[in-house]
Amino acid sequence: MPIVKSEWWPVRSGEDIVRVRQIVRRWAVELGFGLVDQTKIVTAASEIARNTVDYGGGGEVLVESLSENARRGLRLVFEDKGPGIQNIDEALKDGFTTSRGLGLGLGGARRLATEFSVESRPGEGTRVSLTRWK
Amino acid sequence: MERIPILKMGEFLLVTIQVDMHDRLALTLQDDLTEMIVKNRAHGVLIDISALEVVDSFIGRMLGNIASVSRVLDAATVVVGMQPAVAITLVELGLSLPGVRTALNVEKGMELLRVSLAAPNGHADRQK
Repeated sequence: MPIVKSEWWPVRSGEDIVRVRQIVRRWAVELGFGLVDQTKIVTAASEIARNTVDYGGGGEVLVESLSENARRGLRLVFEDKGPGIQNIDEALKDGFTTSRGLGLGLGGARRLATEFSVESRPGEGTRVSLTRWK
Repeated sequence: MERIPILKMGEFLLVTIQVDMHDRLALTLQDDLTEMIVKNRAHGVLIDISALEVVDSFIGRMLGNIASVSRVLDAATVVVGMQPAVAITLVELGLSLPGVRTALNVEKGMELLRVSLAAPNGHADRQK
């Protein structure tokens, strides 16, 4: 699948989470996403970015704009080298939380994305990929 | 330190969130509002989120917390001006803001606060 453009951004602090929201918004607008699609991918990005900061100890996000035949999409890949997720199925359930959150982060972000995947190894880190197609 | 301003309007407090808040700023707002409710003996809080382009689970939880804390302090909370795209996204995210009263705009929100204040048996949103 052809990647039109890609950039890495840090996800290490509360300010970085805000910046990720702004970058994803800008890219979604550039791709011609409608307002609802923009809002969904930005909100999903915010949820996963917060997980990266709070549970992964910080990491990076790869932002990619995609073009496949006539359709265009935005893919976000969040990576951290944190403790990892012990049980991914459990973590995707609504209400699952190991701290102060509502536990909507992973499951909620999955519902807001068109494609979603989580890879994690305990002790090595977590990689969450989400794509929304226009 | 960066803060969201809280305006006093008679018995009500008015907050207009106009920036994309980072998490710490949202928590500071929650604390400031709680303090202001007590200090001003406010009976209503109106939060205008019409400028917010994103409400994620963290901000949603903050709104819910503010509503709960103010209820305990005998003040009603109304959140106004949510953008349609934000509402659609919130519901899909799994967040329906239980316990948070909402209105379309500031005018309708004020109306709701006035009605709940005038209700003979206390605030309209008080738990039965």
